[in-house]
Amino acid sequence: MSHIQRFPSAAKAATTNPLKMSQPLGAALAYLGIDRCLPLFHGSQGCTAFGLVLLVRHFREAIPLQTTAMDQVSTILGGYDNLEQAIRTIVERNKPAMIGVATTGVTETKGEDMGGQYTLFRQRNPDMADTALVFANTPDFAGGFEDGFAAAVTAMVERLVEPSPVRIPTQVNVLAGSHLSPGDVEELRDIIEGFGLSPIMLPDLSLSMAGRQPTDFTATSLGGVTVEQIRAMGASAATIVVGEHMRVAGNALELKTDVPSHFFSRLTGLEASDKLVRLLMELSGKPAPARLRRQREALVDAMLDGHFFFSRKRIAVALEPDLLYAVTGFLADMGAEVIAAVSPTQSPVLERLKAATIMVGDHSDLETLARDADLIVSNSHGRQGAARIGVALHRMGLPMFDRLGAGLRVQVGYRGTRELLCDIGNLFLAREMDHEGRGHGDAHGCGGGSCGCNAV
Amino acid sequence: MLQDKIQDVFNEPGCATNQAKSAKEKKKGCTKSLKPGAAAGGCAYDGAMIVLQPIADAAHLVHGPIACLGNSWDNRGSQSSGPQLYRTGFTTDLSELDVIGGGEKKLYRAIKEIVQQYDPPAVFVYQTCVPAMTGDDIAAVCRFASEKLGKPVIPVDAPGFVGSKNLGNKLAGEALLEHVIGTVEPEYTTPTDVCIIGEYNLAGELWLVKPLLDEIGIRLLSCISGDGRYKEVAQAHRARVTMMVCSQALVNVGRKMQERYGIPYFEGSFYGVSDMSDTLRTMARMLVERGADKSLIDRAEGVIAREESRVWRRLEPYKPRFDGKRVLLFTGGVKSWSMVSALEGAGLTILGTSTKKSTKEDKERIKKMKGEEFHQWDDLKPRDIYRMLADHQADIMMSGGRSQFISLKAKVPWLDINQERHHAYAGYDGIVNLCEEIDKTLSNPIWRQVRQPAPWESGPSSTLLAAE
Ligand code: SF4
Repeated sequence: MSHIQRFPSAAKAATTNPLKMSQPLGAALAYLGIDRCLPLFHGSQGCTAFGLVLLVRHFREAIPLQTTAMDQVSTILGGYDNLEQAIRTIVERNKPAMIGVATTGVTETKGEDMGGQYTLFRQRNPDMADTALVFANTPDFAGGFEDGFAAAVTAMVERLVEPSPVRIPTQVNVLAGSHLSPGDVEELRDIIEGFGLSPIMLPDLSLSMAGRQPTDFTATSLGGVTVEQIRAMGASAATIVVGEHMRVAGNALELKTDVPSHFFSRLTGLEASDKLVRLLMELSGKPAPARLRRQREALVDAMLDGHFFFSRKRIAVALEPDLLYAVTGFLADMGAEVIAAVSPTQSPVLERLKAATIMVGDHSDLETLARDADLIVSNSHGRQGAARIGVALHRMGLPMFDRLGAGLRVQVGYRGTRELLCDIGNLFLAREMDHEGRGHGDAHGCGGGSCGCNAV
Repeated sequence: MLQDKIQDVFNEPGCATNQAKSAKEKKKGCTKSLKPGAAAGGCAYDGAMIVLQPIADAAHLVHGPIACLGNSWDNRGSQSSGPQLYRTGFTTDLSELDVIGGGEKKLYRAIKEIVQQYDPPAVFVYQTCVPAMTGDDIAAVCRFASEKLGKPVIPVDAPGFVGSKNLGNKLAGEALLEHVIGTVEPEYTTPTDVCIIGEYNLAGELWLVKPLLDEIGIRLLSCISGDGRYKEVAQAHRARVTMMVCSQALVNVGRKMQERYGIPYFEGSFYGVSDMSDTLRTMARMLVERGADKSLIDRAEGVIAREESRVWRRLEPYKPRFDGKRVLLFTGGVKSWSMVSALEGAGLTILGTSTKKSTKEDKERIKKMKGEEFHQWDDLKPRDIYRMLADHQADIMMSGGRSQFISLKAKVPWLDINQERHHAYAGYDGIVNLCEEIDKTLSNPIWRQVRQPAPWESGPSSTLLAAE
């Protein structure tokens, strides 16, 4: 893939304050959007504990996640036994509808043939035929969070979706990328349903990760797209693919089912939202509902009111590739100048980014590039660097452990774009109204707000 | 090498549990082999990091792929009164190429970059699973880097898959014993120098204790490792007395410091009124036995008397509010038990606890203290805890963050008493903080509201009438 070489990776040996998270974590998140699923890391137990804590801190929800508990001996002997034992234990104890397996660095270093192990498991355990099993290869030492999410979604498409002889004209598939929060997925469903269509979201985090109050305590995910729904995706009229990293899964789905796919690299911004609405009008043959029309008008109005504060603002952004693309695109739409875009991993989407500097790096690179920025947009890990150089931080992405409602933020569609516009615009507005200069020192009176200072 | 070290740690004579085992069982060590599909908890690397990372002026470099650090950095509340370098996450972020070709060169370059850019007094290098599998010799790289760069570079050989967090704690202790403790001489010593082991200054807890030591006239020569400085840890061997805070985790360090340098140690706790007083008393007495001035004991007793009367006075207002309130306690090991008497002193009823990580002695102690009918659960499933709470068998649950949702989803008050908490519960003031937090949580008006049925659920229609 020669096209991705253009973007320099930092030439450092020590990654400092990493932006990157590992592939299995991304896979776990994708699996969590499946109803009654238990994600399983094939590796040592520590990786699971870390992943679990990170997701708990972000979503403020119980996170089901298990481990095959590989130790030194099983690592040398090969991991099949542990895998089989883990799956059997999980089925016996928790009776999930699906178990989603993600490999880790430990199992990938040895190199395990997951396809072969799947076949072997099925042969040896006919009594567990009811439990859906999906295996994804997600080595810790290659790619990152987004790649892991993509690998899991692709694996689910390949393992579960079936071609269908019938077409249900009102049914549409949505491959929802990892840059969509549970709130975004919910918003997207609302928009699509507004046209009289019934979407199947894969994965559907809006049902499992947006705050449930169950009547019993389960060790599996609760809510999400069901395995049956995934199987039925072949009968849909169309597939909406959201995010560059969903492209491979989208292609796999189309190849398997002949359902035509429509690709959206982003759904944040006026034009991007218009494009979606136009497609939905075509698919449904219905006009846009009144609610959406009002929302569009409100977004246009907010853009007019807000553009003063965005014009020529210098902004540095560090996020997962597809979210990076969506946010920098939106900022450029508003007349802001993206002076730096930092991605944790290589991705084809970087090719289409508009920013003065684009690099694959970490939070310390961001800190260097953002020294004279007006704003940093990044996850909660950006707070240390932002505080050091005295630049305000707007938190987005994952992890966001120092804010409430991290998973519920909406930044897609007309309404979500308007919310994002107001959130960021208000940071600039507040500074102008308060006559506060940039490069504020220790006593800058941010009140522990979103400026990223140590007041949190 | 690592295997020897692990065996050595398992053979810990300072550990009572260990001594009660047969020779063969001892060999197996204290890590139960984990059940795939039903295991939880951190790895050895995690445990090593917990112990060493609070050394605030050092750089902590994780040798491995992104999983080990990328998913975990910046998630602990150890506080520093000065340097902040420990909060910076460093990793070699090994790629596929490094896995195939070996990561030693990259590791050396990473160490060099860190030394050149940050000039820390020392660099700790943590081994993780993948490079351990591919055979990277971090000890050799560290030795080489140390010579070349003229700085202590300390290998911490605790890859995750060798065992649990607890084992990692001990391996970190071994790294300190082997490479750090005893390498620097203090500028001066006093007869009241102490070393505290196993206190990490979470939420600034050490700072609730240190002023009392200062007042009594006890010098904290080195704390391993809360609010730590590399140099202070390196001169720990000149302490007169060692206090072990968490007896299970780092007993190897206390014992070996006694063997090597003749420093006696005792186990103490900063949690709970009587344990706190015992700790101050024992510390003073042992220092006097080792030659400190006798007046130390009187000063300690003076501080204890004043603080105890103050703390009971301050807990008095909580008594009527806590009357009849029942607490479910879920936490590992000894710590919780030293809080129990204080909580009961403030009028709470402790219903029971899990004993998952407790030793036989802990359990005996509980039985003695609380009687036979007191609940001790070895392994309670989340679903059972949920049922207990949903059935209102307890008014509040206190546990670590991972199980908070069991309680919250059952709409029962919950309080964090583990490492991610934001409040300090150590010392006399800490107990008052804890009671304040319990009271705040219990008396919050949300509990009444969230338990109301939704308008569309059938239920007493009295809600409408009751609404003013
Ligand atoms: S178990 Fe191994 S690979 Fe996983 S986090 Fe721990 S050290 Fe890293």
